[in-house]
Amino acid sequence: MKKEYSEDILRNIEDKFPGVMIKIHSPRRTYIKIDRERVYEFARYLYKDLGCRLSIATGIDTREGIELIYHFSHDPSGTYYNIKTIVPKDDPKVKSLTDFLPAAAWIEREIYELLGVDFVGHPNLIPLLTPDDWPEKTYPLRRDYE
Amino acid sequence: MNEINSKYRIVPIGPYHPLQEEPEFFKLIVEGERVIDLEINLGYNHRGHEYLAQTMTFDQVPFLVERICGICSNSHPYAYCLAVEDICGIKPPPRAQYIRTIIGELERIHSHYLWLGLAGHFIGYNTVWMWVWRYREPLLDLFELIMGNRNHYAINKIGGVRRDILPEDYPKIEEYLDLLEEKTTMFTKAILDDPVIRARLEGVGILKKEDAIAYGVLGPTARASGIAIDVRKDDPYDAYDKVDWDIIVFEEGDVLAKAKVRLLECFESIKIVRQCLKNMPEGPIETRIEDIPAGEGIGRHEAPRGEVFHYVRSDGSNMPVRHKIRAPSYMNIASNVAAVKGYSIADAALILAAVDPCYCCTERTIVYENGVKKYTGKDLLRLSWEKTEELKRKYRR
Repeated sequence: MKKEYSEDILRNIEDKFPGVMIKIHSPRRTYIKIDRERVYEFARYLYKDLGCRLSIATGIDTREGIELIYHFSHDPSGTYYNIKTIVPKDDPKVKSLTDFLPAAAWIEREIYELLGVDFVGHPNLIPLLTPDDWPEKTYPLRRDYE
Repeated sequence: MNEINSKYRIVPIGPYHPLQEEPEFFKLIVEGERVIDLEINLGYNHRGHEYLAQTMTFDQVPFLVERICGICSNSHPYAYCLAVEDICGIKPPPRAQYIRTIIGELERIHSHYLWLGLAGHFIGYNTVWMWVWRYREPLLDLFELIMGNRNHYAINKIGGVRRDILPEDYPKIEEYLDLLEEKTTMFTKAILDDPVIRARLEGVGILKKEDAIAYGVLGPTARASGIAIDVRKDDPYDAYDKVDWDIIVFEEGDVLAKAKVRLLECFESIKIVRQCLKNMPEGPIETRIEDIPAGEGIGRHEAPRGEVFHYVRSDGSNMPVRHKIRAPSYMNIASNVAAVKGYSIADAALILAAVDPCYCCTERTIVYENGVKKYTGKDLLRLSWEKTEELKRKYRR
């Protein structure tokens, strides 16, 4: 039986990134809130130092802004570390993870076209799923889309 | 385009073909016979499931997500139900857990058989194709017996399963498992002992371990590249921690390793189903849930192709606020870029199919060279068959 989740990992995260909000939903589901300036650095730490795998990212249109959740899977312990951040709708920008993590390339394109988040530094930020004649600046997963 | 004028040529594969369940467009950039680069375009089958799920009640969503994929149709509702159960903090009763595990494993066998048959077809071994699919057929009949449908079984519901496996059906399942074990042994021997098949698959389409990690590949694709990940072991759910089985890992990363992983996994699945039938607990098959509280949940299920991931957020109403779905092929197909470079066009179809997107189709493939059509889709399939024939002649000597 594998370790449920590592206290050490969470303690290291708190030391390295002071001010993050950690919520343990269940032993293998952890949600961590961080501001958008440090998301890149934090994702890099999870991927490079902890050996986590980027499972996918989710974008959600909320009242506070567009919420991004990067789901990182730590396979040796079977734990999901979900990094949450909020980008304001009037300036929806966040740094792209693609320069060290090719797995992020498609999902960033998807969030860009469905929710209009600009991933700064993405080499090829073009729509992934919507048809070629889809109108520009129309984001189907936003609440104000009709 | 610049490539047309240079020494490179473009071989378009896709986007539509009757054989594939996921329309995708692969643009192979080739120099002579060698593949230099690959561009992948997708979105031809974007049906807006994530948005649709937000317009349905929690109980309706399993029927919607079941229709994402026609082959592993059990995987998506399974992962979705696990996600909603994660929000509620409940677990289905033991009997329901065992039934879910049995269906999950039977589905893995039929999906691996499907891949094996197609792989045989694409290298020109139509005997393999016919044989394998001949023994896949009774499995679909078994699904019909248990759940009333050969595909889209609609067995999962939030808090349990919708149908029980009747005790009088156990012997039929066991009888079939015996047949399956015998035949899988036969295929494994036939395929691994055949020098031509070995020569076609060995050392072809190698996905290196570091590439596999960078692209975040999953399932048999990852396990064939030496990454020992499997949700059933890493984060056991339902009955997977109550049965004894092994995780199959190979280091080579080529198409042969992927075939071996899938063949040997069939044996493990048979083992799991047998143990589940033996230890099947009595009792109810569902936990009634009155309402779903506000919160968020994650469901993971090891589908035949890798981890299926569902994230569901609820605000306490009867519909999900957000439902994120990630199928394993989303990660696996992107890794084709790393796997296909440097190999010949005759191998390309097989390499693209090796991650099991059921995609290897060549019917719409046309190469234009100086305005003259060079290859049609059938020609590309013929090219692959010719390579096999050539190898056969070589080994006969």
